[in-house]
Amino acid sequence: MTQLALVIDLNVCVGCHACVTSCKEWNTSGQAGPMSDFNPYGADPTGTFFNRVQTFEVGEFPNTETVHFPKSCLHCEEPPCVPVCPTGASYKRKEDGIVLVDYDKCIGCKYCSWACPYGAREIDEQQKVMKKCTLCVDRIYDSTLPERDRKPSCVLACPTSARLFGDVHDPESEVSQAIRESGGYPLMPEWGTQPANHYLPRRKTKLRIHEDELVRADNPLKVDGKLPKPAKAEPSLDDVTSW
Amino acid sequence: MHPAFSVIFLTTLIGVGQGLFLALFTVESYAAFDLLPPQAGRFYALGSMLALGFLVAGLIASFFHLGHPERAWRSAAKWRTSWLSREVIVLPAFMGVVFLYGAAHFTGFNPALATLPSGVPVNVTAILGVAGTVLAFALFVCTGMIYACLRFLQEWHTPLTVINYTLLGGASGFVLATALAALSAPEVAGFYGGWAMILTLLALVGRAASLLRNARLRPKSTLRTAIGVKHPRIAQKAQGAMGGSFNTREFFHGRTAAFLRQVKWLFLLLAFILPLGLLAGGAATGSAALLLAAFVVQYSGLLAERWFFFAQANHPQNLYYQAVS
Repeated sequence: MTQLALVIDLNVCVGCHACVTSCKEWNTSGQAGPMSDFNPYGADPTGTFFNRVQTFEVGEFPNTETVHFPKSCLHCEEPPCVPVCPTGASYKRKEDGIVLVDYDKCIGCKYCSWACPYGAREIDEQQKVMKKCTLCVDRIYDSTLPERDRKPSCVLACPTSARLFGDVHDPESEVSQAIRESGGYPLMPEWGTQPANHYLPRRKTKLRIHEDELVRADNPLKVDGKLPKPAKAEPSLDDVTSW
Repeated sequence: MHPAFSVIFLTTLIGVGQGLFLALFTVESYAAFDLLPPQAGRFYALGSMLALGFLVAGLIASFFHLGHPERAWRSAAKWRTSWLSREVIVLPAFMGVVFLYGAAHFTGFNPALATLPSGVPVNVTAILGVAGTVLAFALFVCTGMIYACLRFLQEWHTPLTVINYTLLGGASGFVLATALAALSAPEVAGFYGGWAMILTLLALVGRAASLLRNARLRPKSTLRTAIGVKHPRIAQKAQGAMGGSFNTREFFHGRTAAFLRQVKWLFLLLAFILPLGLLAGGAATGSAALLLAAFVVQYSGLLAERWFFFAQANHPQNLYYQAVS
């Protein structure tokens, strides 16, 4: 069975919000209707977004680290938002594991948003239906697009390739390898929702230099310059090595 | 959570309707076994009409919660998995039975369908009453489970939620039945008054138990599990939007902790302490006005109780919305 998902590399994300804007641009122009904004140029602008980048500071000054944290629907394998929906508007697709909302069936009761521990769902105040990330379902299967463009628009927009997209059930996929080899983890594992999206942790790049690597072993007198030329009779390096 | 007034009115109003119906049928079944003096059909018809009125008012209130009320019929579809869907089915079924029960008493169409071995006749209203009782309890369970089944809302995820919905609804219904009986069936007013006080006391015990439980809760989710960084010091610096979003409106009550504490003491006073005093006073003097006041005071207390119930629940998604920028 296929389970499409995103893997987000927190080590690479620079917090530029390109995924946020490209997501909004693609999904607000789709057939499903706009993701409405209210007061966009006023004092309290608000609107519907499928994806947000948040920023956290870890540690205490001066030993702090900034973590940019993109957050969208995690397309859980056990989505708590789906069984609570009274109309069946919220559903998880069998064929690829994407959790979707049927905007024509949604009654806007907001119960699914209460049932999501991640706050991934937002009601569209104009259309009065619940909306969430669709993994760009109208794009990834579009055969009129070139093969390399059949990815969620956030993935295509990311300038640092912090977002990977693929099937996490296929052990050989790029995302499965990233999860396996770079320590991918799910959010809030304590609720048993089994999010399909995974995050790759921040990694420290450390270079260990030993003392003897700083000193030229073949220069015991620490005098720079040409090495003394050995006498004709003395053995040279050519006599003891094979190169 | 942000307390929505539509849901506050829905849950409190249908609670009164359910409790009142249970009170009516309690007296009818006691009377069938000669434990209480039999009442005229008018009393039950009047009571059922009143109960139906509360149920209809609750149903109307619930529509204000929906973005698309015209599609509300769709919400009966997923009764296999969704407690909300089950409530949507049970509520109209219960309303229908309450209507039939009242209509049978109003028209006097009440033939005995069978006779118990002890010689007690089983009337149409007895069958309807039993069906209504089952549905009333089923509705309490559905309403409570809508909240109790959300496992990460730890304040709600307890059997106490269902128990308290049942006890609070039952208490308010019996208090209203006491006032109604004082006006139209004085012989059973004492019986109702006693049970109203017992139920109010039980509801106080149940609600106090859930308050104590919730005061000791430790949130399972922390910022560490929320973003997956194992560090004791994590502070949010930006939430991705500066003007607020659905996530900042729907899941925060927007009041201070001191305000919440005041509401807690207010509802403990209005929903339990004052009504108990008024019920005792009404029982002593037989004054319908005092009993009616007991109901009005208790109902306003229940509105505060329900507001607090929602406001107290701390949704784990709030971890992602601690700071604007």
